[in-house]
Amino acid sequence: MRIVVDFDLCESNAVCMQIAPDIFEVRDDDFLYILNETPGEADRARVEECVQRCPKQAISIAED
Amino acid sequence: MTQAPRAVTIVGASLAGLNAAEALRREGFDGPVTLIGAETHLPYDRPPLSKQVLAGDWEPERAALTDPEEIEEDGIEARLGVRATALDLDARELTLHTGETVEFDGLVIATGARCRTMPGTEGIGGVHVLRSLDDCLALRADFEAMPQRVVVVGAGFIGAEVAATARGRGLDVTMVEALPTPLSRVLGDEMGEVCAEVHRDHGVDLRTAVGVERISGDGRVERVTLSDGSTIDADVVVVGIGVIPNTEWLDGSGLEVDDGVVCDASCLAADRVTAAGDVARWPNELFGETMRVEHWDNAAQQGAHAARRLLDAAVGPFTPVPWFWSDQYDRKIQLAGRVRGDDEVRVVTGSVDERRFAAIYGRAGRIVGVLGFNRPRHVMRYRALIEQGASFDEALAAEF
Ligand SMILES: Cc1cc2nc3c(=O)[nH]c(=O)nc-3n(C[C@H](O)[C@H](O)[C@H](O)COP(=O)(O)OP(=O)(O)OC[C@H]3O[C@@H](n4cnc5c(N)ncnc54)[C@H](O)[C@@H]3O)c2cc1C
Ligand code: SF4
Repeated sequence: MRIVVDFDLCESNAVCMQIAPDIFEVRDDDFLYILNETPGEADRARVEECVQRCPKQAISIAED
Repeated sequence: MTQAPRAVTIVGASLAGLNAAEALRREGFDGPVTLIGAETHLPYDRPPLSKQVLAGDWEPERAALTDPEEIEEDGIEARLGVRATALDLDARELTLHTGETVEFDGLVIATGARCRTMPGTEGIGGVHVLRSLDDCLALRADFEAMPQRVVVVGAGFIGAEVAATARGRGLDVTMVEALPTPLSRVLGDEMGEVCAEVHRDHGVDLRTAVGVERISGDGRVERVTLSDGSTIDADVVVVGIGVIPNTEWLDGSGLEVDDGVVCDASCLAADRVTAAGDVARWPNELFGETMRVEHWDNAAQQGAHAARRLLDAAVGPFTPVPWFWSDQYDRKIQLAGRVRGDDEVRVVTGSVDERRFAAIYGRAGRIVGVLGFNRPRHVMRYRALIEQGASFDEALAAEF
């Protein structure tokens, strides 16, 4: 699974970071950084929660 | 206890309702799901209505939360432009505005809220409220006509965003607020004053501690008369003085209504009936407080929770830390928790003068809230501390 963020939609509100701080980080420059673009299956539930809870629907999962 | 429902009907086709429908499918529920909504649109997102759509940066389609294909894929029957007018819990039947009755088994109430209006303004052109996409497009059309003078009544978050967007369009804005300091009841005096300054810096003529006596004009609005006797010329007026939960259709149903549909801690309002979003009032056990929350995140999460609760009685209490954001000018304001005007407030990072800071709120030794101006990262960190029930001292000592 690969995490894709549409940075045109992302507003850096850090909802994803609260759910998975090891994968998403909003830094002091107010931009979102993906710390781990290809997390393992064990992280799938948390990443799916991020997808669902992102207020901008900016996160998706690519299967490749 | 009763079993899970065979079919679920959701009344209110907006954020909470859609999230309920999607959660049912995510949980593997394969019975019929019907979404009944008074508006003719499929569910759309409201936050852009005071921001990007009103600014003219987005076409309305971009605010859509779903599309017909997705609704079909999820096997959701959407009945739009249909208003529920009565609920009969014994017969398990809804009455629609068309007079038709429909049976239901499981029910999610997600009818949200509508804007409070100013009596006596009906029929005066150019006086707006902002809740729906149709409201937004009507206001946008008035903004596009380049009015000379916009008056915003109420400096709450919606009023503040409309003022910011109108300034962004180069319009003259006067904002009238009855309280001495805007938002003082939600943020306290000190932080309310910071919000006030942001508007003044952007050229908004902010009048505080004064009420609106009358909005008048011949067919179309011409002036706003304030309680101190002064008048403001106005071509467009936007009234943002709060919302009222949409519960009238539940009168006589036997459900308890008290500024919202009263639920238990798990969002259950009656046997196989749950409520979610702006319309729901429930005891949030994390705060030991009964609340009704008017924020995006709450509607989305509570919608999903209410759906899961219908399917499984073991789904426990709904205990979120309420959180919302508001975009004004180039500031991203976020508040998490349950803040009161008399909480202790401490700035923990950044600078208030630069309007880039986070402040935390303490009460009875606990951290109960965090406010951020362009500090999303800190807001989320402190939100986690609130969720853990951390003490105010621990929060003050934390470093992020
Ligand atoms: C302009 C604007 C900007 C906002 N900005 C932000 C923001 O920046 N951040 C934030 O956190 N929150 C924001 N919010 C708040 C957020 O949008 C709401 O909390 C959210 O929309 C609530 O969702 P809901 O589904 O509970 O109710 P609603 O969105 O109010 O939807 C209820 C739906 O039910 C329908 N309905 C009502 N009665 C009936 C009936 N009897 N039968 C059938 N249908 C019925 C209504 O027509 C409506 O479509 C904003 C709101 C507005 C209006
Ligand atoms: S939750 Fe969505 S909008 Fe917020 S920072 Fe993450 S990707 Fe961006």
